Amino acid sequence: MQNLWLIPAFPLAGFLINGTIGRKLPKFAVAFIAIFCVMFSFAWTLKVYAATQSFITPVTEHYFTWIQSGQFRVGWDFTADRLTAVMLFVVTGIGSLIHIYSRGYMDHDESFARFFAYMNLFMAFMLTLVLAANYLLLFIGWEGVGLSSYLLIGFWYKKKSATDAGNKAFIVNRIGDFGFMLAMLLIVINFGTLDIATVTAAAPGKAAVTLTAICLLLLVGACGKSAQFPLYVWLPDAMEGPTPVSALIHAATMVTAGIYVIARSSNLFSHSATASEVVAYVGLFTAIFAASIGLLQNDIKKIFAYSTVSQLGYMFVGLGVGAYSASVYHLMTHAFFKALLFLGAGSVIHACSGEQDIRRMGGLRGKLPITFATILCAGLAISGIPPFSGFFSKDAILIAAYHHAPWMFWIGVVTAGMTAFYVFRAIFVTFFGTYRGDAHPHESPLTMTVPLVILGILSAVGGFIAIPKYLDPIFPAGEEGHAMGLVVVSVAAGIIGILIAGVMYLGRPRKESAPGPLYNLVYHKYYVDEAYNAAIVHPLIVTSRSVLWKLVDNAIIDGMVDGAAAQTRNAGNLLRKLQSGSIRSYAAWIVVGSVVLILAMGLTGAGR
Amino acid sequence: MDLAFFVIFAIIAVVSAINVVVQTHPISSALSLIGVMVSLAALYLLLGADFIAMAQIIVYAGAIMVLFIFTIMLLNTGGETGATHRTAVQIAGIPALLALLAALCYSLQRFYPSSVQAAFGGFDKGDAHSIGTALFRQYLLPFEVTSILILVAILGAIVLARKEID
Amino acid sequence: MSAPAGVPLTWFLVLSAVLFSLGIAGFLLRRNIITVFMSIELMLNAVNLTFITFSYQLKSNSGHLFAFFVMVVAAAEAAVGLAIILTVYKNRGTLNIDEVESLKN
Repeated sequence: MQNLWLIPAFPLAGFLINGTIGRKLPKFAVAFIAIFCVMFSFAWTLKVYAATQSFITPVTEHYFTWIQSGQFRVGWDFTADRLTAVMLFVVTGIGSLIHIYSRGYMDHDESFARFFAYMNLFMAFMLTLVLAANYLLLFIGWEGVGLSSYLLIGFWYKKKSATDAGNKAFIVNRIGDFGFMLAMLLIVINFGTLDIATVTAAAPGKAAVTLTAICLLLLVGACGKSAQFPLYVWLPDAMEGPTPVSALIHAATMVTAGIYVIARSSNLFSHSATASEVVAYVGLFTAIFAASIGLLQNDIKKIFAYSTVSQLGYMFVGLGVGAYSASVYHLMTHAFFKALLFLGAGSVIHACSGEQDIRRMGGLRGKLPITFATILCAGLAISGIPPFSGFFSKDAILIAAYHHAPWMFWIGVVTAGMTAFYVFRAIFVTFFGTYRGDAHPHESPLTMTVPLVILGILSAVGGFIAIPKYLDPIFPAGEEGHAMGLVVVSVAAGIIGILIAGVMYLGRPRKESAPGPLYNLVYHKYYVDEAYNAAIVHPLIVTSRSVLWKLVDNAIIDGMVDGAAAQTRNAGNLLRKLQSGSIRSYAAWIVVGSVVLILAMGLTGAGR
Repeated sequence: MDLAFFVIFAIIAVVSAINVVVQTHPISSALSLIGVMVSLAALYLLLGADFIAMAQIIVYAGAIMVLFIFTIMLLNTGGETGATHRTAVQIAGIPALLALLAALCYSLQRFYPSSVQAAFGGFDKGDAHSIGTALFRQYLLPFEVTSILILVAILGAIVLARKEID
Repeated sequence: MSAPAGVPLTWFLVLSAVLFSLGIAGFLLRRNIITVFMSIELMLNAVNLTFITFSYQLKSNSGHLFAFFVMVVAAAEAAVGLAIILTVYKNRGTLNIDEVESLKN
């Protein structure tokens, strides 16, 4: 009994403590409680890892039966195998670092305790999601992280844009959740259980159509959570939340939940070729689509947001072509360098007193040396330059893609080049040249720089953690193969991207030429948000207002209720006339009544 | 002979009853009511109810109706004035009345097509001896209760009608 | 002259019904409270006649006793009722039944 439940329980306790009495505690106490709870989860994971000799066999713990209905049983079960181990370490490890970072970043915020309470809540749900042994428990974690994401995006709730972004995230997620719920229903109907191990073991024996349907619905859910096309629109807006939130939730952990679910259900997907193809297409399209938008953005966080969407697309490609361990590998390295990019951006924003537009930064290299060095590590990692971590994981995916279908490889390479370009554009514009802003930039405090350094080291050497070899045994066999030529091509694409960015943005400022129509289209994110608004949001609002509110609610429902009351009142009015106060009318009624009575008795023979 | 006796007194009773209802001044109504009671007493004699007939005359016609006449004279309001406009009650009342009458006659005809005939001397247990015996044997309890009832009525009447002592 | 023709009992009952109906008519149609009261007494008398008639038919004097008790109760009721009428007259100054309607609505 490894007591896996302790892993999500501690952050939950932290949430409860900070949520209830956090406001009355001093800041260091609040932070200490929050950070301690997350680090405890990390330490416990480590302990279980050692105790089970790195999860050679999965650990399953059954706590209590939650639903028992005939043959159908859902229990509160946690399971931990190698995939879980990777996820647990990533979530708790990076979570701890970001909590420490937040101590410094949120120091001047007035809702200090609320922030840490929500962060701990998120950790509790995410860990539940990762540890769940059945789809229903996973869904609880799934919904929970969606909730925490909403709470944290709209953390500064007095800003309308923040609450709008929170709403958008939650609603778009909900669409994905609907797909997930339908998938769960289909699983129950076809497999009779929601236990993941049972379902994946029984997958080979089911009809391909069934599996395809289930997998496609799971994909819908994953698209919502992992921000793939067409449900990606919430992620860029989610940058309204504080930067640590963007780092934790929208880079390293929550958005990886979709990938985790598909990886967990790998047996289902590998037996449905159609679904896997769709996964790969969705991922590939999203990757290049988002990368193209990221080329032209000017808000440092938005650049990285689109980068996240794009990198998640890469992971989906990996899942789609059967390279499950490669995708999870990329998930881990991406967590390192993307969290680092966001935290570094946070450091820059903090230094520039809240400025987020890169056009008003510049020359920060000298003023924020640690930030600069670590962000550079992250940039090299994401561009796939050896020996940084991103190189290994991205190449694993690209090579697998090539073996599946060569054209996917080439699109992936182009995307890699674009990735390198926009990340280094951001780096060059922010850290080189002269400072174009108004604030007084200074290096961030230790609580912020130490996590940056740790993540920088991980981004640099994290690639040497041999994840694929570790995970391969639990996944169905994927596409194998090495090809040195492909590796060279992808690295070259990265280097070319960096060089082009350097040429365009280092040195003297370029002349601004009038933007062309293509530029406008991409700059406005292909007007996707506007299209959604016109096609879906606006008609819904109009229908709600005119039909559902005015017609159904006011006229029909209120009409019925008021009508019932009015009828009662009318009946009462009628009956009131009996009480006329006139004795003679009472007498008349008595006579009438007795006549009726006598007649009745007479006719029914009761008078005998 | 008994038939003629019955018919005469029945007609007197009915005519007096109609008079009770129709007269404007209450005194006329009261006197007509006395007429009804006396003729009913005669009919009781035909049915062999000697004691009841006497009680009717002494108590009912002699005491209760006198009480009524005292009250009417005390109040001295005179006859009803003003046209009796037909209210809804009156319009509905007469048909209801006729309906009641019809219902009663019908019930009677259906359930008691009696061939028994009443004649003087046909019933012999209506004299004072028999009534008194029954009253003090089988009906002792109701007798005592009605005594208390009368006591209560007297008290009530006194309380209601007395003058305030100022 | 010996005419053994008695009176069919049904005729007594019909007479009783007629008197009762007249009592109701007076009760519903008259406006003077005292007249209304007297109509009630008329009804009671009609009922007494019925009791006596049935007592004759059933050859038992229970009906007589019932009629006796009815008379006693009528006496008590008349006493209290007239006292009430006196009080109403003292307070309202009218004996018109239609004007005693403060319970209206």
